[in-house]
Amino acid sequence: MSTRGTPLVEMRDISIAFGGIKAVDHVTIDLYPGEVVGLLGHNGAGKSTLIKCLSGAYQMDSGAIYINGEKAEIRNPRDARAYNIETIYQTLALADNLDAASNLFLGRELVTPFGFVDDAQMEAETRKIMGRLNPNFRKFKEPVKALSGGQRQSVAIARAVYFNARILIMDEPTAALGPHETQMVAELIEELKAQGLGIFLIEHDIHNVMRLCDRASVMKNGQLVGTVNVNEVTDEDILGMIILGKKPEGGTV
Amino acid sequence: MNTPTPQDGGQKRTLLQSLELDTRLLGMIGAFVLICLVFNVITDGRFLTPRNIFNLSIQTVSVAIMATGMVFVIVTRHIDLSVGAVLAICSSVMGVMQVQLLPQFFGIGHPLVMPLTVIAGLLTGAAIGALNGWLIGYQRIPAFIVTLGGLLIWRNVGWYLTDGQTVGPLDQTFMLFGGVEGTVGAALSWALAVFFSVLAVLGLWRARQAKIRHEFPVKPLWAEGALMATAVAAILGFVAILNSYAIPVGRLKREFDARGEVMPEGYIDYFGLPISVLMLVVIVVVMTLIARKTRLGRYIFAAGGNPDAAELSGINTRMLTVKIFTLMGVLCAISAMVAQARLANHTNDIGSLDELRVIAAAVIGGTALAGGIGTIYGAVLGAVIMQSLQSGMAMVGVDAPFQNIVVGGVLVLAVWIDIQYRKRTGEKV
Repeated sequence: MSTRGTPLVEMRDISIAFGGIKAVDHVTIDLYPGEVVGLLGHNGAGKSTLIKCLSGAYQMDSGAIYINGEKAEIRNPRDARAYNIETIYQTLALADNLDAASNLFLGRELVTPFGFVDDAQMEAETRKIMGRLNPNFRKFKEPVKALSGGQRQSVAIARAVYFNARILIMDEPTAALGPHETQMVAELIEELKAQGLGIFLIEHDIHNVMRLCDRASVMKNGQLVGTVNVNEVTDEDILGMIILGKKPEGGTV
Repeated sequence: MNTPTPQDGGQKRTLLQSLELDTRLLGMIGAFVLICLVFNVITDGRFLTPRNIFNLSIQTVSVAIMATGMVFVIVTRHIDLSVGAVLAICSSVMGVMQVQLLPQFFGIGHPLVMPLTVIAGLLTGAAIGALNGWLIGYQRIPAFIVTLGGLLIWRNVGWYLTDGQTVGPLDQTFMLFGGVEGTVGAALSWALAVFFSVLAVLGLWRARQAKIRHEFPVKPLWAEGALMATAVAAILGFVAILNSYAIPVGRLKREFDARGEVMPEGYIDYFGLPISVLMLVVIVVVMTLIARKTRLGRYIFAAGGNPDAAELSGINTRMLTVKIFTLMGVLCAISAMVAQARLANHTNDIGSLDELRVIAAAVIGGTALAGGIGTIYGAVLGAVIMQSLQSGMAMVGVDAPFQNIVVGGVLVLAVWIDIQYRKRTGEKV
């Protein structure tokens, strides 16, 4: 395992409450380069909320985030992007009325020397990366609302991958996908991992977790149940953590 | 924004697909042509005379200018009910500046009066717009409420500035913004027509070259040529019509007399393009560039399509709201210049009910209140359609109450047709 040296991300003692309800309650997790950490738990366990503190969508009430051992101030999505943190949201966060290229470059448009957006260049870049991620993708001119679930997903993934992310957050990236597309995402995760990215993967499918993740952090009712090395535990151990909040005998880190 | 275009595959293209035209735009142009023809028949050909087309043009400008800004407001899922009131206060500030304040320092007719007046008006519009945007974007008060308040506030602040009195006569240079007083003459009109034609052809050609450079599919050359020819014909045709509207002999005589000359027998001169129409053209070009070619425009449409996505993409949507409403305020000020100069006075009720005309123009022009969809040219066309309906009915002698009934009906009908159209093309409504 690569759990040595300085972690790429360390979220230390994070808490956030909404109107008295502790959505995330003193949770500490970390992530190393070239590692996939699964975030598991029931709906409402606080996984997405925790991860949104890292992506800048929410501001935590207390706690600290360290990137490469240095304290990071992440107040909004712009800050997160500045730390090379990219997020694929469960909702995909696409502007339905714009085409794939406009969505891919949203907030980071390529511009001509005169300062105008360079649509042709952006479309060319989009064709390049989509050719790699999803060679069947053809609808470059249509607004993304005309795309299928899988196609929309690939636009969201392309957006996260294109800008040389070092830290990738994937919130149920395969939830809306068929088996073939799920396989493509799995291969992509392996490839990105090999390139040294750190990936937080929020995932419900226990088989995907066992297959893709190096470690898994399980949350329940806003608290961290524990973090385990996936290859040292069984499906049942992890399910026990998710459902009962019970730590397994071995494998915890 | 994004017109549906044929797939890259090699299926047979229909005529419309080859031209890659916006069918919604074609529908609006069709409706407009129909309105013109019907009124022309009813009025025994008086509707489509150069004189009436000239008048129609200068009457439309004020609402059309504001409608371009309203597109951005509505696209981002906001509304601005205060544009008529903001126009009124900008007009009152400019009226007081040029009639009461500035002549005290410079004297009447001083060349600095006009520019200083315009600057004061633009600053007023920008400041009120920015305030609206701040209240909406940063304080999270719904735009409907902020601008409904503004509708009551700003016209009446203007009332206090002028004690409710009509302010005039206006500065002579300032009057040029109005229309009848300010036209550029036939020769310059032709020159401008050629200039804009070249610009249109060049624009289409460069877009094509950019596509070819990136090896994207382009439409057939004949289709591109037909589009260019249509654009050039429309520009030259419009100018030709305005250039055939002769200035009345009496007025020409007065002009010669004023210069101490005698008008030659049989002398004839033409109005040409009104300065206000030129201002509208420039504003349409600039606003279209903003909408399609700048980050600001991209963010406006992204925020309208999915505000959360825009926020998560790192767009500062609050500041974006301030920018949009500031722009709207500036456009209100420009409209105030045109409206005031056309009426030759500032009056207290200037721009009354303009908020409804402007919103109607944008909506008839295909701007969706649900956000994310709208075009600048559509809004201008919407304003033209509304104005021609209204003038046409006035020419025919339709009672004023019935005119409003018709315009109201057309608004609802236009939106209904739009919804049906989007259903058929499979867009979400």
